[in-house]
Amino acid sequence: MRAVVQVFLKPGVLDVQGKAVEAALHGLGWSDVSRVRVGRVIELDLAGDDTSQAKARVEAMCEKLLANPVIEGFLVDIPT
Amino acid sequence: MKAAVIVFPGSNCDRDCKVALERATGARVSMVWHQDAALPPGLDLIVLPGGFSYGDYLRCGAMAALSPVMGAVRAAADRGVAVAGICNGFQILCEAGLLPGALLRNAALKYVCKFVALEIVNSQTRFTAAYGSSREARMPVGNGEGNYFADGETLDRLEGEGQVVFRYRENPNGSSRDIAGIVNAAGNVLGLMPHPDRAFEPALGSADGARLFQSVMASA
Repeated sequence: MRAVVQVFLKPGVLDVQGKAVEAALHGLGWSDVSRVRVGRVIELDLAGDDTSQAKARVEAMCEKLLANPVIEGFLVDIPT
Repeated sequence: MKAAVIVFPGSNCDRDCKVALERATGARVSMVWHQDAALPPGLDLIVLPGGFSYGDYLRCGAMAALSPVMGAVRAAADRGVAVAGICNGFQILCEAGLLPGALLRNAALKYVCKFVALEIVNSQTRFTAAYGSSREARMPVGNGEGNYFADGETLDRLEGEGQVVFRYRENPNGSSRDIAGIVNAAGNVLGLMPHPDRAFEPALGSADGARLFQSVMASA
């Protein structure tokens, strides 16, 4: 089973990469762009076919390693 | 007096720390590889050096925080042994949960490498006692992700409990409340972004870092 994890800085934590990318997009003429956030995507394979159990396991991995709960939030998706 | 410097793959200030400790304090310094699960007995200080442990993969310090040696470092810290994390070492201590907060990318997105003036906010710690009445120290910083972050409540607690040890006179990286270095609640674990190991004798531009090592060794 494939799991896809998205990790982003929490709202309220300044995302300087997002700000820099936004400024660069403005410079290229896309002046209406706002609220750019830069995050990270992690994909992984898991054994078993219980989707909800898999999701709980990946969330535990996020808490322990894949994300830093002090500054980051995460979303776990198990695409069917 | 005995000290250990932990060497992670990608550490690049490990030898600087050894030489700085030897010259500043005369301590006997062991180099401990990150795969070692045990530390030498009778240590007075454990240093987590600067560098780019594990190539900064995932997040700075995240992989190093899970190294086998960190179990022994945590146990030593719990026993009251002094632990100092410098630069990448500070990031590792935060990732390991031995210090609160996290280090974000610098606000200006630039790697900052220069001498900075620090205010010694708390001179009563095991790491700052030798500064005496001097309230300022000069040391270099060299970091791309040295922007200290913690939530407001944590910052208030750090300030209220005297856990903020060093503050930047001029903030080089956007750190919350100009924080350059903190200690844990017990006062035996220090994390700082500036490099005392690059300022231990006048020929290096400053000898102010030597007093940090002298403080902690005098407290042993």
